Amino acid sequence: MSALHIHRIAPGASVQDMGRTGYLGFGLSRGGAADRLALAEGAALLQQSPSMAVLELPGAGGIFEAQGALRIALTGAPMMARIDGTPVAWNASHLLAKGARLEIGAAEAGQYGYLHLGGGLDLPTHMGSRSAHLKAGVGRALSAGDTLQAGKDDGRETGLYLPPEGRFEGGTLRCVESLQTALFDERALARFLGTEFRRDPRASRMGAKLNGGGAGFSIAGGLNILSEITLPGDIQITGDGTPYLLLAESQTTGGYPRIATVIPADLPKAAQTPAGAPVRFSLIRRGAALEAERRMRDDITRLPERLRPLVRDPAQMRDLLSYQLISGVTAGDVRFDER
Amino acid sequence: MTTPPENHTPQIRPAGLDGVLVTFADALTEPANRAALAFAAELARRGLDGIEEAAPSLVSVYLRFDPLHLSFTDLSARLRGLLQERDWYAAPMPGGRRLIRVPAVFGTDLAPQLDEAAEAAGFQPDEAIASICRSPLRVQTIGFAPGQPYLGLLPKAWDIPRQTDLTRAVPEGALVVAIRQITLFSVSSPTGWRHVGQTALKLFQPNAEEPFLLRPGDEVQFCRVSRERFETLRAAPASGIEIERLP
Repeated sequence: MSALHIHRIAPGASVQDMGRTGYLGFGLSRGGAADRLALAEGAALLQQSPSMAVLELPGAGGIFEAQGALRIALTGAPMMARIDGTPVAWNASHLLAKGARLEIGAAEAGQYGYLHLGGGLDLPTHMGSRSAHLKAGVGRALSAGDTLQAGKDDGRETGLYLPPEGRFEGGTLRCVESLQTALFDERALARFLGTEFRRDPRASRMGAKLNGGGAGFSIAGGLNILSEITLPGDIQITGDGTPYLLLAESQTTGGYPRIATVIPADLPKAAQTPAGAPVRFSLIRRGAALEAERRMRDDITRLPERLRPLVRDPAQMRDLLSYQLISGVTAGDVRFDER
Repeated sequence: MTTPPENHTPQIRPAGLDGVLVTFADALTEPANRAALAFAAELARRGLDGIEEAAPSLVSVYLRFDPLHLSFTDLSARLRGLLQERDWYAAPMPGGRRLIRVPAVFGTDLAPQLDEAAEAAGFQPDEAIASICRSPLRVQTIGFAPGQPYLGLLPKAWDIPRQTDLTRAVPEGALVVAIRQITLFSVSSPTGWRHVGQTALKLFQPNAEEPFLLRPGDEVQFCRVSRERFETLRAAPASGIEIERLP
C-alpha cells in the first residue's frame, strides 16, 4: 500500500471526513471537513466514496512525497500546485509516481484546500470518524515528518478536471430564521440584513467573527437567554453586538441570541470566506431553503457528469490555470509563463 | 396527572433547516429539565424513523432530521402525539443513571475564588462548601465542550451572577459556580463563572472505551478533601471517584 510523507505542512492542517455524529448530547460537535462540497468533488474526481478521509489544508498546503504510486485530487480553495516542479491544475486528479514531490502553495482565494488520496487515508476511526476535532482534542494537527498510509485504491483514472463551484470570495449567505430571530426588533434585523460585513482575520474551524456592523445588534436582555443547543451556521450576537458565525467545530451550547442560521447549502461558502472578504446575509423562507438543499444534493449527485479530461496541451493548460485562479496573474503563473 | 404551570407547555420549533427543538420551558426548572431528559431518553428508546440524532439540553430536546425525506410539519405532528402521551414534567428519570462521588479541594491556591463566591451567596467559606457538598446534584445537561456537565440546582442563595470580566483560564477539572449551577471544565478554558473548587476529573478521554465520564441525568456529589489528599488522588487512575448505580 502506498503512503504520503509530509515534509512541510501548513499549521492547523488535519485529517477530515464527514465528521462524527451522535455525540451532540455529550458536548462534542460534529466537526468534519469545513467545506463538505470539496469532499464530494474529490470523491467524484477519484471516483470513490465521499466518506473517505482527506487532508484539509487551511490557507496553504505544504510539501509532500509519494511513497509509492498515488492517485490524488486537489479541491477546495485554489492553491498553486506543482508535481516535481511542474504546475498542475487545481480541482483535478493527478497521478503521483513513487518518489514524486508534490508542492502546494498558499490559497489564491478561499480558506481551505483539500488533498484527497485514491483509496482515502487508512487511519483507525475514533468514535465513528477519522476526522480530527482540534478544539476537542480528538486527533491532532498534522506536522512535518508524519506519514499517512493510503487505503486500498480500486480506481485507475487520473487526469480529470471538474469546473469549480465559486465559493471562495465571500458574498451573500442565505439564512433561515433561528430560534431567537423574533427577539430582535425589525429595525435591528433590517440593519443586519442590509450590512456588508467583513470576515475578521481571526477565524478557525470553530467559527468566524464578522466586522463592520457598527453599533452592533444587541437585544434587550440578550445576556439572560438560557443556554441552548448551537449548530454550525448559527449566527450568534455576542455581548457587544458583534455577529459570530459558528462553523464545523462549534461549541454545542451557547447563551447568546442567534439572529439567523446559514442554510447547509451555503456553509461551504461561509467556511471558505477568506479574511477581509465581504459577507452579506439574506433571509429566505423555509420553502426556498428546502429547494436550495434539493438543488445542492442534485448537483452533488451529478458531479460525475461534469468531469472532463484535463487538457495536457501546455497552451490550454495555462488557460485552465488562469481560469481557476480567479484572481488572475500570480507568482506561480509568471513562473509558468517563463517556461 | 398534574397540570403543568402556564409556562410549561412544550413548544416545537424549527432549529435551522434540518433540526427541531422541543422546548419544555423558557427558564430552567427541575420539572422542565426532567421532561427534557425523559423525552430524549424515550426518543432514543423508540428510535423514531427519520431522526438522525437527538440531544437533550437544559430544558429542551434537539432533533436532527433529513428535511427532504421528512417534513417539519409531519415530524411536529408525531412529536406532538408523543408529547401528549404523558405528563413529561412529572416523568420518572430515565433508567441507567449513576451517582458519582467526586473528591474536590475547595479554596486554596488551586481554587482562588471560594471566598468571593461564598460572600456573594451570603455564606462563610465553610458554609459554602457544606452547601455545595450536602446533596447530590443532577447532570442537567452536557455541553459547550465535550463531557462538560452543568450540575444543579444549588440552593437559592447560589443565584449569583457571572462575573463581568472573564477569568483568562481555569484548568481542566475546575469546579466553577454561578446562577445556581456548577460546571466542571473538561479542558482549560476562559470563564465568567467563579472558580471555587478543583477536581482531578478527566471528563473526556477520546481514546478511552468510554470517552465520556458523565451522562445527562447522572447525579454528582462532591466531597471535600485536603489539598494533600487531592495531590494523591490526582495521581490515582480514577481520580478518586466512586460510582454507584441508581435504582
